[in-house]
Amino acid sequence: MIFSYDLLINAVVSGILIGGFYAAVSCGITISFGILDIVNIAHPAFIILGSYAAYIVNATFGLDPILTSIVMVPAFYVLGAGIYQVYYFAFEKHNQESLRGLAFFFGLLFITEVSLVLYFGVDYRYVDASYSGPSWHFAMLDIPFRILVPCLVSLLLIAVLQLILTRTFVGRAIMAVSQDQQALRLMAVDPVRIKRIAFGISIATASLAGAFLIIIQPVEPSVGREYIGRVFAVCVLGGMGSLPGTVIAAMLLGVVESLTSTFYGPSWAPAVSFGFLLVTLAVRPAGLLGR
Amino acid sequence: MRTPAFLLIWLAIAAAVFGLSVAFDNDYVFFAGYVIMQYIVLSTAWNILGGYCGYVNFGTAAFFALGAYSTVAIYKYTTGDDTPSQFSMPIPFLMLIGGAVSGVVGFGMGYLTLRLRGAFFAIATLALSVVLETLVVNWDYVGGSRGAYIIRPENIWLIGNYIRYLFLIMMLLAVAAITIARLIEHSRLGYGFATIRDDELAAEACGVPTLRLKLIATTISGALMGMAGAPFPYYIGFLQPDSTFGLDYAVNSIAMPLIGGTTTWIGPLVGALLLGSLQQIATVTISSAVNLLIVGCLLVGFVIVAPNGIVGLVRTHWRRKPEEFVGRRRVDTDAPGAVP
Amino acid sequence: MTNTDLLQIDNLGKRFGGFVALENISLSVAAGERLGLIGPNGSGKSTLVNCICGTLRNEQGAVRFDGQPLDGLEAHQRTHRGLARSFQLPRPFASMSLIDNIRIPLLYTGAARGTHHAKDVIEDRCAGLLREVGLEAKARHLPRDLTQVEMRKLELARAMASEPKLLIADESMAGLTHSEVEEILTLLVRLNEQGVTIILIEHIMRAVMSFSRRLVVLVSGKKIADGQPDDVVRNPEVERAYLG
Repeated sequence: MIFSYDLLINAVVSGILIGGFYAAVSCGITISFGILDIVNIAHPAFIILGSYAAYIVNATFGLDPILTSIVMVPAFYVLGAGIYQVYYFAFEKHNQESLRGLAFFFGLLFITEVSLVLYFGVDYRYVDASYSGPSWHFAMLDIPFRILVPCLVSLLLIAVLQLILTRTFVGRAIMAVSQDQQALRLMAVDPVRIKRIAFGISIATASLAGAFLIIIQPVEPSVGREYIGRVFAVCVLGGMGSLPGTVIAAMLLGVVESLTSTFYGPSWAPAVSFGFLLVTLAVRPAGLLGR
Repeated sequence: MRTPAFLLIWLAIAAAVFGLSVAFDNDYVFFAGYVIMQYIVLSTAWNILGGYCGYVNFGTAAFFALGAYSTVAIYKYTTGDDTPSQFSMPIPFLMLIGGAVSGVVGFGMGYLTLRLRGAFFAIATLALSVVLETLVVNWDYVGGSRGAYIIRPENIWLIGNYIRYLFLIMMLLAVAAITIARLIEHSRLGYGFATIRDDELAAEACGVPTLRLKLIATTISGALMGMAGAPFPYYIGFLQPDSTFGLDYAVNSIAMPLIGGTTTWIGPLVGALLLGSLQQIATVTISSAVNLLIVGCLLVGFVIVAPNGIVGLVRTHWRRKPEEFVGRRRVDTDAPGAVP
Repeated sequence: MTNTDLLQIDNLGKRFGGFVALENISLSVAAGERLGLIGPNGSGKSTLVNCICGTLRNEQGAVRFDGQPLDGLEAHQRTHRGLARSFQLPRPFASMSLIDNIRIPLLYTGAARGTHHAKDVIEDRCAGLLREVGLEAKARHLPRDLTQVEMRKLELARAMASEPKLLIADESMAGLTHSEVEEILTLLVRLNEQGVTIILIEHIMRAVMSFSRRLVVLVSGKKIADGQPDDVVRNPEVERAYLG
């Protein structure tokens, strides 16, 4: 183990930046699991879907992936709304969410992943964006733009989401639906419609997160699986329905993973997020900014 | 039907199946049959915790792999290198050890996570699977990420071909698994499990020690999965962490009971036989990726359209009053293993 | 508070984050008593029940039952000691027939108390309990086939199946018709005559007044009255907070 402050600082900064990206990846779960209580274990698969969408457009037209993903947001929103409708009619209505709902999303995870394998194969895909190559050198820091840009846009995304949730009527209805559905009904607001909108938003974020992912690293269909642990770890650690909490937890996870990877080797990295999750669940299920 | 009669009938069926397979004289039957039997055990085991208690376990692969890697560890210990030695532990003993290791881990995991709600428990099982995989990948003694070779003996006394022996053992384990599942179902334990599934809060209020029962379920389920994993290195010859810990085991052990029916021991059996055979055919005729697509689609389809599985469909259409069947459940409180 | 009290609650307190649900609740219930517990919605009645029964943990105070402290005991252990409750919104085991629903507490509390009954004895007891609440005809039906009042009766019958010393009936009559309320009341009176101490939590004043020998009023997590029903309802504070 070669220890140097240079390495340490770079690992920490890199961890924070990746953490910003992790926050974008997890914010969808913060909404669907933290607020709506839906265990959408297929969320990472939709992120990969977003990655491939960005890849196709980039490979064919050379368009910037982030721009592509913004254009794709409505499509992903509709997909999310559609999935929620099915979920609601099949399970939530009859109170069967626990076993069957989980199995449903697990099935969706598989279907999505395998369909991508059948269509695109298992080769790694990557994009070429204008910031894919260069890095920013500052003092002892060496920050690649391909990590910096997604991180910054991620934080922007979270900020926008937080504004939506706290300042708009729909957003506040979404926050309310997790706490008191009856009160919403009394206000002539249909809780099912609100939840559908919320879930749609949650999948829409996957489009953007997917673009960020493929900018940061090459993607192939099974990459999503590594993220299952990360997104739930971040969501739980961040206190379930809290977006600020998600950001903090994501950066914490990013830093710990980065340090582990730098000083102990990358083969231990997957255990970090999942280990984090187990420890959080065992010790403090309410998370850092607990509910 | 009393349990000993049930057991005898199924042992007879198993003997008949084995006899027919030998008569067919094609080793492929045994290779494919082994996988199907393995899935009967895995789905039945999963169903004890998932179907009976309602707690979804995504970490089937972890318990399966623990059994497999226990075998590898013992193999390395008894042979010292990659060649077969004069002494190698017999499979049944390996199964007991694999089962014990997985059972203990199941108990431990349960102790840490069963106080959580079902959704958190499910995620925790997934996390456990990945953590265990990482530990194994970094443990060079069992081969780490390079994998481990196990040399399968050519023949075994009396039965001949070693693969036939593996098939027979796995089939016997399958019989044991469904017998255990049925025994649980008809006992006080089975009632307790059902209350946990239906309404855990009400169960506690009725005096059901829910945590203790859930721990029992997790331990039994984990142990059976470990026992199914123990012979696997001998079957496959070369054990790799990423396929052994793969999510394929999880999706299959969840899909088979959900498609077959989760409330009784018959469901996982039917699901495993149907889906297992379907997959063997698909892998050979089309590809193994399409295989998983089929499983995923069937899982989602059944979960939405036929939530009680094939068994549920049969019951609704062939019996006039479903509630008569539900009420006809006996309870053997005098039976000697009347569990807590 | 005397030593012969079946249930003793001492300075019980419960908070949810910043919200104080219960504050300094002290209450005692004698064996065989018929206690009524009333209060506006959100006053903490159900929270109190949950703390007594072990579904929730109280941060402050202590609960003693039958002379023994209940602190640290799980809900199922408290049921084994003789505490039973019915739920405000009935929670039957949906996948089981009525008779199986009744069977559960009998099986599990019986085992815990060391009394192993034979199969047919258990079957008889289950049938008997269903008969007492008039549900014998639907013994093999699933709970989804029941009407509102039948569900309530099933709740009570299931609570009784654990052979409790104390039964807490949490709003068993909400949403029922006049005659249905009478049915439930008659049932509860009969249970009390058989020796079961009953705490009745209700909004239907007529029922509470006719049933209770003693009345306790809870408002915003605090006990504001405890005494003879006629005296309590004339208490100005009670009138202001609840009846007025």
